[in-house]
Amino acid sequence: MTVEVWAAENTTPADIDSALRKLLEEQHAAGETLAPARVVNMVAVVDASWRGEVLNRLERVGRYHPSRTVLCAVEEGRTTLDASARLSADGTGDPSLISVVEERVDIRMGPSHLTRLDAIVDPLILPDLTTVVWAPHGHHEAIEAMRKLADVVLLDSSDDPNPGRAIGWVCHLQENCYVVDLAWLRGTPWRERIAATFDPPERRAALRQISRVTIRHRPDSTVSGMLMLGWLASRLGWTPGSLVAEGGRHHGRARAGKLEVSLQLDPVPDLGAPGLGGITLETADGMMLSLDRSEGGLAAKRRMPDGSTSSWVVMGASRGEAGILGEGIRQALLRDPTYGPAVRCAGAMVS
Amino acid sequence: MATVQENPLTEGLERAPVHPTNLIIFGATGDLAQRKLLPAVYNLAHEGALPERFNLIGIARTDQPDDEYRDFAREAIKKYSRRAPDETVLSSLLERMRYVGASFDDPAAYEGLSTIADELDEEAGMAFNRVFYLATAPSFFDTIAGALGERGLDKRERAEVRLVVEKPFGHDLASAKELNRALLSVFDERQIFRIDHYLGKETVQNMLVLRFGNGIFEPLWNRSYIDNVQITAAEDIGIGTRAEYYDRSGALRDIVQNHLLQLLTILSMEPPVSFSADEVRNEKVKVLHAIKPPTIEEVPERVVRAQYGPGVAEGKDVTGYLEEEGVAPGSTTETYVALRLKMDNWRWAGVPIYLRAGKRLSRRVTEIAVTLKPVPHLAFQESGSLGVRPNQLILNVQPNEGVSLSLVAKIPGAKMRVRPVNMEFAYGTSFMSQSPEAYERLILDTMRGDATLFARDDEVEAAWGIVDPILEAWENASGPLPQYTAGSPGPSEADGILLDHAEWRPL
Repeated sequence: MTVEVWAAENTTPADIDSALRKLLEEQHAAGETLAPARVVNMVAVVDASWRGEVLNRLERVGRYHPSRTVLCAVEEGRTTLDASARLSADGTGDPSLISVVEERVDIRMGPSHLTRLDAIVDPLILPDLTTVVWAPHGHHEAIEAMRKLADVVLLDSSDDPNPGRAIGWVCHLQENCYVVDLAWLRGTPWRERIAATFDPPERRAALRQISRVTIRHRPDSTVSGMLMLGWLASRLGWTPGSLVAEGGRHHGRARAGKLEVSLQLDPVPDLGAPGLGGITLETADGMMLSLDRSEGGLAAKRRMPDGSTSSWVVMGASRGEAGILGEGIRQALLRDPTYGPAVRCAGAMVS
Repeated sequence: MATVQENPLTEGLERAPVHPTNLIIFGATGDLAQRKLLPAVYNLAHEGALPERFNLIGIARTDQPDDEYRDFAREAIKKYSRRAPDETVLSSLLERMRYVGASFDDPAAYEGLSTIADELDEEAGMAFNRVFYLATAPSFFDTIAGALGERGLDKRERAEVRLVVEKPFGHDLASAKELNRALLSVFDERQIFRIDHYLGKETVQNMLVLRFGNGIFEPLWNRSYIDNVQITAAEDIGIGTRAEYYDRSGALRDIVQNHLLQLLTILSMEPPVSFSADEVRNEKVKVLHAIKPPTIEEVPERVVRAQYGPGVAEGKDVTGYLEEEGVAPGSTTETYVALRLKMDNWRWAGVPIYLRAGKRLSRRVTEIAVTLKPVPHLAFQESGSLGVRPNQLILNVQPNEGVSLSLVAKIPGAKMRVRPVNMEFAYGTSFMSQSPEAYERLILDTMRGDATLFARDDEVEAAWGIVDPILEAWENASGPLPQYTAGSPGPSEADGILLDHAEWRPL
């Protein structure tokens, strides 16, 4: 690991850009096997007091990390910009192999800078690369300022304790940005497994027979449950009704042709990681499938209409929150056509 | 909205569902299973990529209970997996492993296998697909296929049965045809998956995208603009512990007949109508049919073989091939081969194709170099130039995966002096992701039933048809092989097959 660092107080974006170029030139002169990564720009807007925690999260994402990170730490009362830049190459020491260089710019700024964040950040992001903006501590004004510059907004809709407001914010952003939602990505293994269960041709007809969906979730992850319901509704053509909150639970109904589907979200207090804890799907003819978190994957149970039952574990390692964030960065380079419709259906349930 | 026949839930998922599968590995305690297959299966389990219901049944001669095989598998995965195993996933996977200890010609092997597989189906209340993976010595391929057929294990109602065959697929054209005949007497071609692990490499698959996803290359991809093509698979290591296999095989059979000809087909094929398995393979076979094999008389002028002698590798003295343990005295097995091919079709007529592969060379590299024709008139003749060289497009397969285009640029200064420069694209800098092991992709494809990255019967036979005359010519030749110093770029004799102004790419 080689590291090059530059720092300045009360600086300007042009100076930071100039310093980055110089660092890259110096590093290239030091060894031709050093190659700057060119994958994705990430602009992270964080509270200064949580800067270290966010850096730790970014360092733990593993193989999917941004190639240039611009970390904007917001301090109350600050009116000037202090900045540092660093290049790091994670080489193996083998001179015949290329070492990939990552770049990070740290900027300390005040709240007043956020409404014109685009002007500060524009010279510091690499053109032609996808630019992701991520503001894990709120700072919606920074996101608004970056909407023309950023291609992707990375967020976690579970961060907002009000699910309706969280979904409303996503719908607003989707008007002119692609949104990558960590709450949605936590549900990927669940969606894959549900899709797999109904994939054998002889089971596909059962998709039209689903009569009840019960989702178990961590209490602070109601949005994850709503997104799962939104996904089922949008993919299966259901017309969702409103969900009613009652003692921490939510329940409601959706219309699936002539059939009515009962929907329920149950919080489960002792779940360790955020997201879903389990899902049960029942069909009108008596089939039941449930998936629940377990060691080494998801514990699956199935009851067939004739009453026969079977259970097994669907293997898969937990990605952990760092893995979810890494997946969020990777997804910034892809497009999931099913998230938007799922959010809109979820929005219809909480409106 | 999709109809029920389409499963609308799969839309947008990166991983399409795979039907529940029992993977049955013949040769389950062998080197391939230990180093590649078991770690690959673990990594698929770790990523949640295996079918929702999955079992692995190992078959090998060693008589041992399931638990001992699970211990063996645990150690293999811990030692060779590309990631440290997650204990909960590993335990879950090991629980799904069963073992049958019997030799492959023993009916008990198939009775045991059949009993376990039926039990697993019954327990799940469904018919699992079955993938038989032959990770055994090639001499067992037809024995195992025949035994599976005799016991009716080659087909199943409401489920698919597939057969995966490792290389080497035959040792010459006649034996490859005989093996195809034996397998096809039991299985349909659509059930047979002949593995060439090079095709599972991301960079090899990316060649298709580079060629057919970028408009810049196609207009130049023909005899009008391309001067020659070189494909190199150089290794810096010797034969290690593989003497028994290698001394019977050699570089031509081990690398050229399969890996290098596969790379060549992808490099030179016409755009397929679609990327379905048969459309891609139809185009690859056309390339192989367009290659005119050298006649026996032409072999000496178009093919060079050699053996490494003593030399230096990684700063240490190393022995020559003939002194390696396990190599037959006076062996004439080649550790290096270079050959010149030509293709008789409109796109490639007159373009020399150079292939070379060898062990104990100066560097480990697998690459394809496409050299364009020189410009027709050079206006820059100022002295002091390092010289204008034709543009080269280099596709690096390993170790630095990427693409490099050599251009000529002006050296800063008053004079019009020029030198070659490179425009580099390294996959690592643009994706920052660790490519999955080729075996992970290929095993998953066998479970999905996607044969695009596997060789078809006619493809294998056409490839053997190209190298068969060379093998025949060598059988009739006498005397020791030319030697090259271990750690060198190879024998100087290889320069003799180059036409006109061509040069080997430096290693």
